[in-house]
Amino acid sequence: MQLSGNCDQPEVFSATLVDLVRGDAAILDRIDLPGDDARRLMELGFLPGTRVTAGLSAPGGDPRVFQVDGSEIALRRETARRLKVRLEKAPRRGPRV
Amino acid sequence: MSECSDCRSCGARAVLEFPGSSTAAKAVAVIGPPNSGKTTLFNRLTGLRQKVANFPGVTVEQHTGIAELPDGRAVRLIDLPGVYSLSPRSEDEQVAYDVLTGNRDDTPKPEAILLVLDSTNLARHLMLAAPILALGVPTLIILNMADDLRNRGGHLNLDKLAAELGAPVALISARQGEGIGQVFDFLAGAMPKPAPKELPVLHDVPKCRQWAGRVGIEAAYRPPLAPKWTRRLDAVFLHPAIGPLVFVAVVFAVFQTIFNAAVPLMDGVKWLFDVSGNWITTTLPDSLIRSLLVEGVWKGVGSVVVFLPQVLLLFLFIAILEDSGYLARAALIADRTMAKVGLQGKSFIPLLSAYACAVPAIMSTRTIENRRDRIATILIAPFMTCSARLPVYTLIIAAFIPQRHVVGPFLNTRAAAMLALYVLGFLAAVVTARLLKSSILKTGRTPFLLEMPSYRWPTFQSIGLRLYDRSKVFLRRAGTVILLVTVILWIMANLPTQNGHIPAIENSLAGTIGRTIEPVLKPLGFNWKIGIGLITSLAARETIIATLGTIYGMDPKSHGLDLQNAIHRDLTPGGAVALLVFFAFAMQCISTIAVVRRETGGWKWPILQFSYMSVLAYAGAFVAAHLIR
Repeated sequence: MQLSGNCDQPEVFSATLVDLVRGDAAILDRIDLPGDDARRLMELGFLPGTRVTAGLSAPGGDPRVFQVDGSEIALRRETARRLKVRLEKAPRRGPRV
Repeated sequence: MSECSDCRSCGARAVLEFPGSSTAAKAVAVIGPPNSGKTTLFNRLTGLRQKVANFPGVTVEQHTGIAELPDGRAVRLIDLPGVYSLSPRSEDEQVAYDVLTGNRDDTPKPEAILLVLDSTNLARHLMLAAPILALGVPTLIILNMADDLRNRGGHLNLDKLAAELGAPVALISARQGEGIGQVFDFLAGAMPKPAPKELPVLHDVPKCRQWAGRVGIEAAYRPPLAPKWTRRLDAVFLHPAIGPLVFVAVVFAVFQTIFNAAVPLMDGVKWLFDVSGNWITTTLPDSLIRSLLVEGVWKGVGSVVVFLPQVLLLFLFIAILEDSGYLARAALIADRTMAKVGLQGKSFIPLLSAYACAVPAIMSTRTIENRRDRIATILIAPFMTCSARLPVYTLIIAAFIPQRHVVGPFLNTRAAAMLALYVLGFLAAVVTARLLKSSILKTGRTPFLLEMPSYRWPTFQSIGLRLYDRSKVFLRRAGTVILLVTVILWIMANLPTQNGHIPAIENSLAGTIGRTIEPVLKPLGFNWKIGIGLITSLAARETIIATLGTIYGMDPKSHGLDLQNAIHRDLTPGGAVALLVFFAFAMQCISTIAVVRRETGGWKWPILQFSYMSVLAYAGAFVAAHLIR
């Protein structure tokens, strides 16, 4: 399979929220933003260790809505890029069986 | 009273000692995260007995209201801004913190707190309970949206939650009025101090969240299923192709309604004023007083009150869009476009409201946390074609542009001219925003965060209250500023008397002032009569109509003509276009200047804004007057 190259990596794939497409879920690892901004995100539910699911977006994919801790929060691409996540699956899924 | 702090009936007795005096009523704060339904509950408890003001010195709005308990006693409720935490970083959080800890001289320290949380998102919302309970003030934990929780299969054990938090808990639905009795019972009762089993380290967000999660588990909280209808509606409203279409359709529907559906209502109001004005004329004997009353007061105020239906319709739309949850989606869709001029999706809401009136629009910029984005939005909001410009546009367009079809029956020349003026104002706003955001208001990297609330049916009560509020503000302005200007103008137009007679209008005080400034306005194609109109319209744009009505009415040459024909005779086509351009750009509105000063906390921004817009207006009108001859 063409995906086998990716599968050689360890079980966990590190990425950012920008890499998630609609329906993808990942575990938030850390927030690369200054203290106050990170705190505001944490108050909205973006806590390290929390599961974040990518949802719908504005036309063009930016900003995108993320489901986190029971809420739906929209983030711009520039912010989503600073939220590092561990993917539960390989970034690109193979064809459905 | 000092030693009775543990006495359970203390609060009740304090009220009994000062019966009937509202200052002695218990003060109770209402607090909760944004989208918890806090304001709905506040409206439900206080109804029309509420007052909106600003906390002195800051730009945070202070809503206070009186809740009447079933036993007839009154409780003073303070609706605090929606906050996620009590760590004072934003101005909102600072005010909430200061009020709750009794650090504001203007607000009494609350004797109790109503903490409103969304029961459908309890675990996260409970995080706010930690700092609130730590204050040691008697607190009722209100879990709102009980109907949603039930319908979507959520559940929790209220007794266990109350035991964990050491405070009474009420599961209510503020929208439906379900469980409101429990809130009244708490307010009327003993109000014990909270005694939580355990509290987390308050400034550690992960710890607070862990604590909230543990409390939720202890209370057997089962979160509800995802809101089915919200998902379904979002699949449409945020669809890559259908979403933007819906967005455009909504904006179009809003405009269509305020421009077409409002007309019969406005005609109705006008008719009422005409009929009552005629009645006054026939009832009172011919005198100066009658002239002042009919020509000055009644016509002046009437010409403004006519616009009430239009303003209310726009606020009706904004209220429905906001309460239903669609406005957050609109902000999401608009974000990319707004980002192109350096603004953000949250600026879209205030800018849309600015099409009704810049004053509430500027007040609604409070949802923008980023200060520079907020100031940029405030500075461009008055360029949006507000409803006060409409009467001026309507009058001039009707006087100079013949009604003809442009694109079949859909667009006629007058509507096209009106549309062009809207585009002109919008372009001025876009260019100004770009200038500001690339120079003095360059933004640092503050993340854009927008919470998407679930869709809900707006309630009649909440919309009704907002419309009531808006009408009060609008009518108060018509009854004060505009009335005053009209009366002063009438006096100036009737003085100084010549041989005991009313002077010819050009020899009156108003005429003298008008002729003094005429040289400045001549290059724009305006004569002294328009000049007086421009001066009085500094108070409020629509005043120029009342002014011109008064002046032309007193001028024998145009006495018999209606205002439209009188203006047509008095202004060249170039001057007419120049006047339209001038009104599109100039900041002729005392209320807006006042609200900008209040919202930006000083005179710097309003002075800058007024100067910039005036220069632009003069230059624009000059160019227009010389291009069109």
